[in-house]
Amino acid sequence: MMVSAAPQRSRTARMLRRLPWWIAAVLLAAGCLMWIYPFLWMIGASLKTTTEIFRDGLDVIPNSPVWGNYGRAWSTAHFGEYLRNTVIVTVATVVIVVIRSAMAGYVLGRYRFRGRRVVLVVLVATLLVPTGYTIIPVVDVAQRLHLLNSLAGMIIALSGGAHVALTLLYMGYFRRIPKELFESAQLDGAGFGTTFVRIMLPLATPVTASATLLTFLNTWNAFFLPLVFTFSRPDLRTVSVGMLAFSGEYSTDWPGMAAGAAISLAPVIILFFVLQRYFVEGIAGAVKN
Amino acid sequence: MTVLERRRAPAPTRSRRGGRHGRTTLWVWLFLAPTVGLYGVFTVYPILGSYWYSLLDWDGFTSTKSFVGLANYREVWHDPLFWSAFWHTLLFMAVTVPVQVLLSLLAAILLNSPKMPLARIFRTALFLPVATTTAIVGVVMQSLFDPANGPVNVFLDKLGFGGGIDFLGSSHTSLWTAMAVYVWKWLGITLIYWLAALQTIPTELYEAAAIDGASPTRLFRHITLPLLTPFTIIITLLSLEASLHVFDLVQTMTGGGPYYSSEVLEIYIYRWAFTSTIPRLGYASAAAVIFGLFVFVIGIVQLLGVRAARRAGVGS
Repeated sequence: MMVSAAPQRSRTARMLRRLPWWIAAVLLAAGCLMWIYPFLWMIGASLKTTTEIFRDGLDVIPNSPVWGNYGRAWSTAHFGEYLRNTVIVTVATVVIVVIRSAMAGYVLGRYRFRGRRVVLVVLVATLLVPTGYTIIPVVDVAQRLHLLNSLAGMIIALSGGAHVALTLLYMGYFRRIPKELFESAQLDGAGFGTTFVRIMLPLATPVTASATLLTFLNTWNAFFLPLVFTFSRPDLRTVSVGMLAFSGEYSTDWPGMAAGAAISLAPVIILFFVLQRYFVEGIAGAVKN
Repeated sequence: MTVLERRRAPAPTRSRRGGRHGRTTLWVWLFLAPTVGLYGVFTVYPILGSYWYSLLDWDGFTSTKSFVGLANYREVWHDPLFWSAFWHTLLFMAVTVPVQVLLSLLAAILLNSPKMPLARIFRTALFLPVATTTAIVGVVMQSLFDPANGPVNVFLDKLGFGGGIDFLGSSHTSLWTAMAVYVWKWLGITLIYWLAALQTIPTELYEAAAIDGASPTRLFRHITLPLLTPFTIIITLLSLEASLHVFDLVQTMTGGGPYYSSEVLEIYIYRWAFTSTIPRLGYASAAAVIFGLFVFVIGIVQLLGVRAARRAGVGS
């Protein structure tokens, strides 16, 4: 009896041992459905008529796609304009922030100079300060510098917001680069700027990739600053501000809202799928450091 | 480019040591200038400026300011809506952070196991909302949680719970709905933090312990948990900080309503500074300063906690 039961018990045991993983997988799958359903619903709704959305309930697939919703969102609701503004603001901000963080991180990581500690202490101290709470002085400064109600002003203000973590990320990276490499560059007669641009910056490509992605994400998704910078210039709204305005003006136009949302989210979502690995590595890198 | 060319030419003629040193210092500050300038104007000055502004009676960015001392603080202190916003912010933090951190840890442990089927797809799905724009998510959620036609209510109705719940329009549920959406939106980022942390644990450790006959629960308790402790602190810290920035989500989902029931401090400040018929910038600044100090205290407590944990780690 013992002999015949043993293998059977082990097979059942193996299945039992595997069972928790399958239960976990089913639970996770249910959870993940909750995570992606809003996106499916949004895409479905963007191709339906209003009556169809109200009638369909949970069903996301439209009867016959109403592409006109996209046309309405693009031109009547100005999402084309909003998208253009967002692209301009995001690209410019990313370039400025990444370059300035790399430069600052480079000198803070490689050089000892008078004032270094002060700069570092100020940077680290402000890490903890929530930016949303400084919006009034930010707007006041922008007002006095005539930066309000312009895309350029928005870019400058966004570039000056808290991106301390990126500077620190670059600093840590540049500090770990072996000294020999640095000295050999100097022996070759490369100047300060040349060493940075030709040798150091290319070495920091992984950090630059993370920094670019994180800044892109932050800026594309920015809301508070673009909101208060465009109060009197609706034509300068970014997609997130435009979305809020749209929901206020046409609260009943669900298909238009969904189409506007799809237009605004498409660039980030496409980029996310293309560069998923880098997104994950960039964020993971931030916590490891 | 021209600067570089010019710089190289006269170099040999100068006294080698002193000239290079002086020039290096110049370069260093040149490299710091954009950060110091931009950061100084748009981050450091605003932080310090808030204190001065909070002492002013000032009803619009273009109108004149007059010094009123601590009057704004007195008024903020006696405003029940300030305290309710303060409470909402705290509650938001106290509820979402533990839920987010623990739920994502659970998901990360499952997804990190080589035995888990479809782990990559699950990870992508859970991370997707992180990449999306919060303000847009907020507006879409308004429809999803609509009491009459929103899919959430349709789903609850089908499950037999009865639909028609006005998630965002009722003062009992609005804040809680915002919290739920917040966790939905940001779970993926803590998940990635945890996965990164789990990957630092060498697999040999598990293999060795498994050979010694340790059960999975013991593996978890004696290997995974202790090695995760330093990450737990960082991840909790990052999550706490993030939970103080919910303006985008709450403003687009509820606008702080109904009847201020989901008003968090950022919205309180925004309301007084930008949307009230007569803006009160000094008053809003006072509220901001009080909250800034509160955040600062939390930050200090966290730092002390980190230091204590480190010392404990070194001691063991």
